Order: sequence, then C-alpha cells, then structure tokens
Amino acid sequence: MKAPLSWLEDFVEIDLPVARLAHLLTMAGMEVEEIRVIGLPLPEPGSTTAQLSGFEWDREKLVVAEVTEVMPHPNADRLVLCKLNDGKQEHIVLTGAPNLFEYKGIGTLAQPLKVAYAKEGAQLYDGHQDGLVLTTLKRTKIRGVESYSMICSEKELGISDEHEGIMFLDPALVPGTPLVDVLGDAVIDVNLLPSFARCASILGLAREVAAITGKPLNAPRFSPPPATSDSAWASLEITDPSLNPRFVLGLIRDVKIQPSPERVQHRLKLAGMRPINNIVDATNYAMLELGEPLHAFDYDVLHKRANGNAVKIITRAARQGETLTTLDNVERKLDEGTILVCDEAGILSLAGVMGGLESEVTATTRNILLEGASWNMIHVRRTAKAQNLPSEASYRFTRGVHPSMAENGVRRGLQLMSEWAQGKPDPLLVDAYPKPFTAPEVEITTQDVKRWLGLELSAVRIAELLARLEFKVEVSGDSVRATCPDHRMDIGEGITGKADLIEEVARIHGYDNIPETRIKDALPLQLGNPTLRRTDHVRDLLTALGLQEIISYRWTTPEKEGRRLPKDAATDDKPYMRIANPLAYEKAFLRHSVVASLLDTAERNARHAVKMALFEIGPVFLQSEDPSGLPDELTSLGVLLAGQRSPSGWQKADTAAMDYYDLKGVVEDLLESLHIADVNFKPGDHPSYHPGKCALILAGEQQLGVMGEIHPAVRERYDWGDTFKAPILAADINLDLLLSLIPELSRTKDIPAFPAVVEDLAIVLDETIPAVDAEKLIRQVGGKLLADLQLFDLFRGGQIGEGKKSLAYRLTYQAPDRTLTDSEVAQVRNRISKRLDQELGAKLRS
Amino acid sequence: MADYEEIINKLKTDRENAARDAALIVDESSAAKFKTTYLSPSSVLAESTQAIKSLDGQFKPLVGQASNEHKQYLTRLYDQAIASLKEKQLKASLSSEKLDITLPGRPVHRGRLHPDTQILRELLAIFSDMGFQVFQSREVETDEYNFQLLNFPVGHPARDMQDTYFMDVPDRGDNPLVLRTHTSPGQIRAMREIAALNPSDPPPVRVIVPGMVYRYEQVDVRHETQFDQLEGLAVGEGITFSDLKGTLTDMARRLFGPDARTRFRASYFPFTEPSAEFDIQCFQCKGAGCGVCGGGWLEIGGSGMVHPNVLRNGGYDPARFTGFAFGFGVQRIAMLRYGINDIRYFWDNDLRFLEQF
Repeated sequence: MKAPLSWLEDFVEIDLPVARLAHLLTMAGMEVEEIRVIGLPLPEPGSTTAQLSGFEWDREKLVVAEVTEVMPHPNADRLVLCKLNDGKQEHIVLTGAPNLFEYKGIGTLAQPLKVAYAKEGAQLYDGHQDGLVLTTLKRTKIRGVESYSMICSEKELGISDEHEGIMFLDPALVPGTPLVDVLGDAVIDVNLLPSFARCASILGLAREVAAITGKPLNAPRFSPPPATSDSAWASLEITDPSLNPRFVLGLIRDVKIQPSPERVQHRLKLAGMRPINNIVDATNYAMLELGEPLHAFDYDVLHKRANGNAVKIITRAARQGETLTTLDNVERKLDEGTILVCDEAGILSLAGVMGGLESEVTATTRNILLEGASWNMIHVRRTAKAQNLPSEASYRFTRGVHPSMAENGVRRGLQLMSEWAQGKPDPLLVDAYPKPFTAPEVEITTQDVKRWLGLELSAVRIAELLARLEFKVEVSGDSVRATCPDHRMDIGEGITGKADLIEEVARIHGYDNIPETRIKDALPLQLGNPTLRRTDHVRDLLTALGLQEIISYRWTTPEKEGRRLPKDAATDDKPYMRIANPLAYEKAFLRHSVVASLLDTAERNARHAVKMALFEIGPVFLQSEDPSGLPDELTSLGVLLAGQRSPSGWQKADTAAMDYYDLKGVVEDLLESLHIADVNFKPGDHPSYHPGKCALILAGEQQLGVMGEIHPAVRERYDWGDTFKAPILAADINLDLLLSLIPELSRTKDIPAFPAVVEDLAIVLDETIPAVDAEKLIRQVGGKLLADLQLFDLFRGGQIGEGKKSLAYRLTYQAPDRTLTDSEVAQVRNRISKRLDQELGAKLRS
Repeated sequence: MADYEEIINKLKTDRENAARDAALIVDESSAAKFKTTYLSPSSVLAESTQAIKSLDGQFKPLVGQASNEHKQYLTRLYDQAIASLKEKQLKASLSSEKLDITLPGRPVHRGRLHPDTQILRELLAIFSDMGFQVFQSREVETDEYNFQLLNFPVGHPARDMQDTYFMDVPDRGDNPLVLRTHTSPGQIRAMREIAALNPSDPPPVRVIVPGMVYRYEQVDVRHETQFDQLEGLAVGEGITFSDLKGTLTDMARRLFGPDARTRFRASYFPFTEPSAEFDIQCFQCKGAGCGVCGGGWLEIGGSGMVHPNVLRNGGYDPARFTGFAFGFGVQRIAMLRYGINDIRYFWDNDLRFLEQF
C-alpha cells in the first residue's frame, strides 16, 4: 500500500520526519518497505530500515514557471521554443515535448501554462535513460540554439515514469515558487499483513498514525443520500448473504467523461495507480482513500438489458459451465463458488475481482450505476487465484472489507464524480444488508494484561489506548468493556477477542515499553532427549574417526537415486512420495536412500578432492500403511569413503586408496564405542555393492545395515572425472535400530593389577574358512583367561601352499586376581591349538 | 712367588699408562679398547688381584688395598671418559639435526560437523540451560497440523504468507499432505504429547523444536527452499510476553555478547496473538546502520503469545494457561556468525566450504 504523506495529512496532522513516522509504523506492525521522497530531503541512511528512493529538489533551481508563448524552432520541426517566466526574468527554453505542440505558433497564450522549470545546475533524473539515473543540467547547444535550462517531465522529477511530455501544474500557482513547496511529498510503501486489512486505505493508515502519535483523526463525514431497499431505477436480490453480506448501489446521471483534475491524477500516480478518466479515477480514488473497492457500470447498458425497466441486480454463486467475457476481453470459464453480480439478462461481473466487458464505462457513458459491496473473502480469494487476476480490488476483498464501508464508499464515489464529472447523484442509495456484521464486544481486565504481557497498566490507560483506535470503551473498576469500531473484522469474541485486544494495547503502548523478564514458572520435568543425545554421540564418534558430516536436500528423482543400482538390476520399485508442485522435476521426489545422497555429493566433489570421508544422518521417506497417510520417516546413517587413506603432504604419505577394511574399521569402532552387543558381519548380497566385498552388519540376529565396496557397474554410473580412480566404499545403517540397541549403562573394565602373558599363535588353514571362525573359536576356548586377541598378520603363498592362508594372532592371557603360571597358560594354549585342529583343520605354523 | 714390590710397580706403571690412554678415548671403539686393556680379566689389575692369594700374609692386605684403589681409579677414568664422549656425541647430533621449522606440518584429516549442526548445537545448549528440551517432529505433515490446528483455516489469506509444497496424494480433500512450512506443527505435537501425561492437569511445556522446513520459493543467495528452523514453545500458568522478550534477549547475549540488544516489532502470525518479529541489534555497527544490516537491526525471526485456539488445540485451557512461541532460521544465525555470503552453500556440500568449519 503506497501512501503519499500529503494525502495522509488530509486526515491527520503529521509533525514527524518521515523516517521517524516509518519507524513508528514499522514497530506497530505496518512495515514500511520503501520511502520515496518527491523533492523533500532524503532521510539519513541508517535512520530507517526502509529502502530509500527519490531525490531532494533544489529550492532555487527547481521552481514553478509560466509559459506565455510557444514558438517554432528555426531548424527543427520536432522542437519548440517556449517563452517562459520563472518569476524573476524571461527565458527562451527549448523542448521537444509533444504536449506543447498544440500551442505552437498561436502567439501569446491567453491562459499561460504553469510548468516545472529546471535551471542550469539543477539535479534531475535523466529522462532519456532507463531506470532512475541522477544527472546535472548543463549548458549546451541544440541545433544551434543555446540551452541552459528545461521544462521537466514527471520522470525527470521522480514523480512517475511519464516522459512523453512535460508536466502541467495547477494554473493558480505563482511563478518563482520553489517546486518543492507545491509538490514536495514523500510516499511510504507499507507491507500490510493479513490482519491489517483495515489499513489498505489512506484513511486506515491515517487512523493508525493518529493512534500511534496521539493526534486526533479528522475522519471524513458524508451527508447522505439516505438509503432505501429499492428505487425506481434499481433493486437488489442477494441470494446467499454468506457470500455477499451487503450490496449498495448509487446512481449518478449526466456525467461528462474527461481526464481528472491534475492534482487528482498526481495523487493517483503517487499511490501507484494510472489515471484513466474522471469516473474510473473516482472509483480508484475512493477505494484508495477509504478502502472500499467500487465498481462503475454503464447504467444505460443495464437499462437496455432490462428492456427499459428498472435494473435488478442479483448476486449468486456461479453454476457449472458458465462463462463471462471480462473487461480485459478474455472469455473466462467460471468455477462453482465464484460469486457473480448479475442482472436478469445474465452475468455482469466477477464479484470483487473484475467487471464484464459489456457493462464497462466507455467514453460515451452518461449515467453511472455505482456498486459498493462486501464479499466472502475466501470465495473471492479462490476466484482471484483461479482466474489469475490479482487486482487492487481483489487485494482488499481477499483480506476482508467491512460491510459498513460499502455505504461510505459509494457516497464518496458519487461525491467525487459529481465534483469531477459534473454528474447529478440520485438522492437515494439502494442498500441490501441481509447479514449485518455485529461488532464484537470484549471485556479485558488489568489482570488479563498482566497475565499476557507481564505489564501493569491501569484500566484507564488500557481504555485510552483502545479509544485511540476508535474502540468504544467503558471502564468499570479494573475492567474495560470495548466495542469494536465498524471498520475492523479482525477482532474475535471471548478469549480470542481478549487476546486480540491485548495485542492492540501492546501495539499502541509500544512493544519497546514492555519489560524483559525471565520465566518465573516452575521448570518442567527435565527428561532430555535420548534420541538426540545418542544421535549426537554417533556424530561425534564419526567426526573423531575423521569423517565429514554432510546435510543434503531431501528431494531427488527416481532416475537420480536409481544410479545407486547397476543399470540392469531390478529397480527400486517402492513408490516415492512425490511433490505435487515442485520447483522443478529434479526436486519432485523425497529420497529413499542416504547413500544415494552421499554418492551424489562425492561425485560433485571428486574433481577437487583426493580423499572423501563423509557421513550423513537424516530421514528417508517411505510410503506407509498408516491411516493418517503420512509416510514413514526413517532415520538413516550413511557413510562413504573414497580416495587416499591419508591426505597428501610434502612428505611421502600413505597415498594408497582406502578399501573395504578402512570402512570396516570405521564401522567396527563406531559399534564398539556405542557398546552394541554381539556385533557380527556376514557376507552380503546387495545390488549396490561388489558381490565379493559386501557385508551385512548384524547385532545378534538383527540387521543394522549393509556395507561394502560400491559395485563397479554402479560406480561407472557416476561421473568421477578423469583423475579420481579409487574405489567407493559405503555403508547404509538403520540409525533408529542402532540407537535402540545402545545400552543405557555400560561396564568399564578395571585396569589389570597382575602381569599379562603375551604369546603369538600362527595357524594355517583353508582359504575358504572365514577368519572370524578361527577368532570365535580361540575366544571361546580361551575363556576368561584370554584377555585380548589381535590378528597381526595375514599371509598367503610361499610355503603355506595353494588354497591356504596363515593367520597370526597375538594372545594376551591375564587373570584379574593372580599372576598366571606357565603351566596354566600352557594348558589353555594346548586346548586352543587342539580345538583349532579338530574343528577347523588349522595347523600351527612352525 | 710373586714379588710384592714388582706388583706395586706394575700397578704404578699401569696407572700412568691408563691416565695417558683415557685421554685418547674419542669414540666407542677407543672406549672399548681402554676397557679391554685396563678392566678385562687379562688386565694388570686382574693379574694383581689374582696374585694376592700367593703372597705372604703380611703383604696380602697391602696389595689388596692397592688393587682396590687402582680399580676405583680406572673405573672413574673410564666413566669420566664415557660421560664426556656422550656429551660430545649429543652436541654433535643436536647441531646436525636442525629442522626447517617453517615447513608445513604433516596434514591431518580431521572429521567435522556440518556448520548447521555446529550452530544448532550452540543454540540448543543455550536453550537447554534455560530448561528448554528438544522435541523432534516429522517433516511431511498433514494440512491439519501444519495449518488448521495453528489457526490457519482453510482458504485463509494468511496461507499466502507461506508458499507451500503439497504432496501428490489424491483424495485428501481439505487435509492434503504438505512438506511442513515451519516447525510450528511441533507445537501441537509437543503440547498433545505432554498434555497426555495428565490431561486433567496438563504439565507445563518448555520445548525447542529444530528441524528442516520447506517453502515453495525460488532459491538465491538469501533464500532457500529447504532450510533449518528452530522453534521454541513455553506454556504454563505464568508465561508472559515480557518473558518472551527476556528469553530471546538472553539468547542474543549468549550468541553475540553481553551487550546484545533485541527489538520486537508488532506483526501477524495466525498462531500467536500478540505477534512480534524480533530483531537483534547489528553486532557489526551497534545499531548505526551498515552493509550487514541496513538499518542497524538484523531481522531474526517471528514470535508471540500462543493464540488461545492453538493452546486449546494442544490440550491446554487458554483461560488457565498462557504460552509464548518463537521461530527463526538456523542458517540465518550461522551466516551472521560465520560471515557466510550464500545460503546455497549449506546443502550443496562442497567440501571446500565444509572444511572451513
């Protein structure tokens, strides 16, 4: 909502600098996004959060002047020379403004033209450049004629984009008057939140300015035409009052359609609307001023449609299949639920959105039927959206226009039309108001204010603050009874109404004047969040293991995620959760796999990274059978390793590529640190992974996840660039399950008090026997005395023989309560080697 | 039979030779040679010790004493020579092992948390100290939880304030599935869960709800379509707007130092009444206005007193309970904190960005 200060001042005195006013409005909920000065000094940068535009007009160099004669240019048809008086002396000024050509060569003008005159050195916007570029007026020669000054267009002054011709001023102005004294203004652009619909007008904003600054509001008063339910010229039928609570009609005869007065056009432009003609301008002006959108019909068209009878206006919801050609000449198919203004012959307009072409006001219109109404905002919103017709009218109706405003709107419109178009208003208004709006009455107490705001205010103070906003207030003891004024629809009943009033009290009292306190309420039961605590623990462990955390977009496409499987593999056929209105197809599906996100990330980084060690914790989305229809959001942990084991430095580093065992080390350390019991790994079979380098991660019988080297056929579906050759290792772990297996308490072992006996044991066994079987057996037989077991060498070939491998373990024997004797250790050792031989055919390596 | 005097003379000569040879110990081999010559079983010392038992009784103690003294002398000579040898060697090695200490250190591959996690942890710790516990809530929501229960009726203009992603799930009428546009559905879910502990006398609520939210919005350096939000909610019998101001001001101090100031501007959110936007005074210019802030204040988030309808929808009687709520973008704080210029860096996961934290 763009509001010129000069217009606001019609209703309230403003004695603050504009930046201060903008600040006060912003703090009270009406954020001023832009301040545009028209000739006035620019506020200091930093004095306001609003954007600043416009420039200050020099009092000496930009003045009112009068053109007394327009003469042809000796050398150019497209230029004229103006004899001009700037209040001090006469000048000859050169211009190419087409709107002066009609005065060319007719001698001294009977009625001199008042114009905006810029002298040498004046600062102006450059009219010939796009956008707003400040320039200084310099002396020059155009086609042999000296030029040192000019007559300004609106664009050059920063009033509008108009640069076709020069700007004409009010004929009553005195030459020599500084321009800023007659046109100087500032326009504030206010971003109105949905609850501030009442401020979508100059009067509405002025009301808030008055309340905030404590000045009186000079609200306009309208002397009736009195209202009637029907008249000789029109009657009304509202078929559904919930769609159309009120409808008011006025009639004005014998209007002369012509341009509006200069000052009216000027105001409309400042407020961001294009002047059209005096009738359309009157409807727009009244709407901007009071907030009630009006619609003007050509009465004679309607009268003809009614076969010369009184016009009957009917409002109703559209029926399936109806159409209307709107005044932008588009034939529109109407949805059921669209509210229509009709006569007995058919549809006239889309209520609150746009008029129909047929009954539009034209240059030849003489009699005007003027509509002011109130509409169901949800229906209007739906129509404006469905027809893609945002307009000044629908902007207001979709936020709510109070029915009481219909009457004053029509009266103001008629008043303006009679003034600007010399029309004669009918003495009566036709008014149907089947669903009167009851003004809410709400009681609030000093205790309520204290309870909500933590602020002590007297009842008298509360009443005074509300009265500033035109609430009718009644104080009794600690209580204030407030009745809502008839321009507001945002105040509720009961406890909601209390909350609404408390907001108004806080706003006008000033949020800045509410103290800052600490919560005095008792602290609620402190239960923490075990899931988050454990998740964070996992994050810490993984970063301690050298992994970088990533966080990805949740959206993907089935094709993009499908790359995590070989081309010919069965696809992931679980249905995706799909976004109905994505920004792009690439962002239309919620992911199934965190590993897919990690692979995408690794692909993007491969060109500039030699080592990638990544993890992500986040949800994957799977459709569920839940009756709510909501998907399952399962938390996954994905790990990806690829590239050099150690980062490259200037010394020779371990630049070998990471392999399956690097990944396994990470997974093992993680699970061990979390004290997950009975962790074991089984050969896995998953299409994403190399068949010989894939493991299922198990805790007991439960599968925590899968890990391994990414299948070469999968790897090649990603673009790793020319240099990144290393295998890609990944793990996909069900974090929800993992967290549930972390024991609440874990047991810490004492530091041994007695010495350990450390021995090495090397065995040779068949290649086909997994190492884990030997390890399990050694641990089982070693029992309590075997405190630790570590594989320190794996050897194949040489004397070991084909199909065999040698495993070398370091065994640590230790008892918590005594020093072990040689014979005790020997007994265990012998038992171990015997069982290894019996059960695995493993021989001690000599 | 060995002659007493001969032994004594031999020892004397040996002593002189040893003094000469000790001065010649310059390395391990000359040290070993000295040891062999003077302290081994074939040395003069050993001979003389051996000879004692064949001497006459009266000479035994005399030669014994002389041998002992000689042994001590030789040992001392040897130890001194070794000590000075070691000292020389150490000096030599120290002066030869001089590094160019300006060469870079061996690179370490440190694991790091994502900056969003880092800032979120800091924020959660601040609120944890104030008794706010973390409540987590789902990302795909129903229209009912995302809007209706938060006092956005179907068709209400306030819905235009949050451009929404809808899920493609047919036949849901006025209750489509959406990607949550804010963490506020967590308010309803938290209140309902906590109220259910004792529905007739619901316990107070003090939770913080972090999580990913989604807006249908074109992405640029300042705007993301997926971003992390942090929601706070306190419900009790004495929660006030002044408490809201105090709580967020405490947060600002913890984040930006003890002089940090906040500002509350009237605003509108359907689920709060009164509603306020909150700003933090620019830490760069201290409110004077600069390139970071514009007008001296940084817009941080929205807040207000929980709307009576929302309290009721959460299971709390608005006649008895009041509450405050606030929400803000986590990346916004991170961007201010770490001087990040482009919000798109966050989920792009370029390691050249992530490895700076």
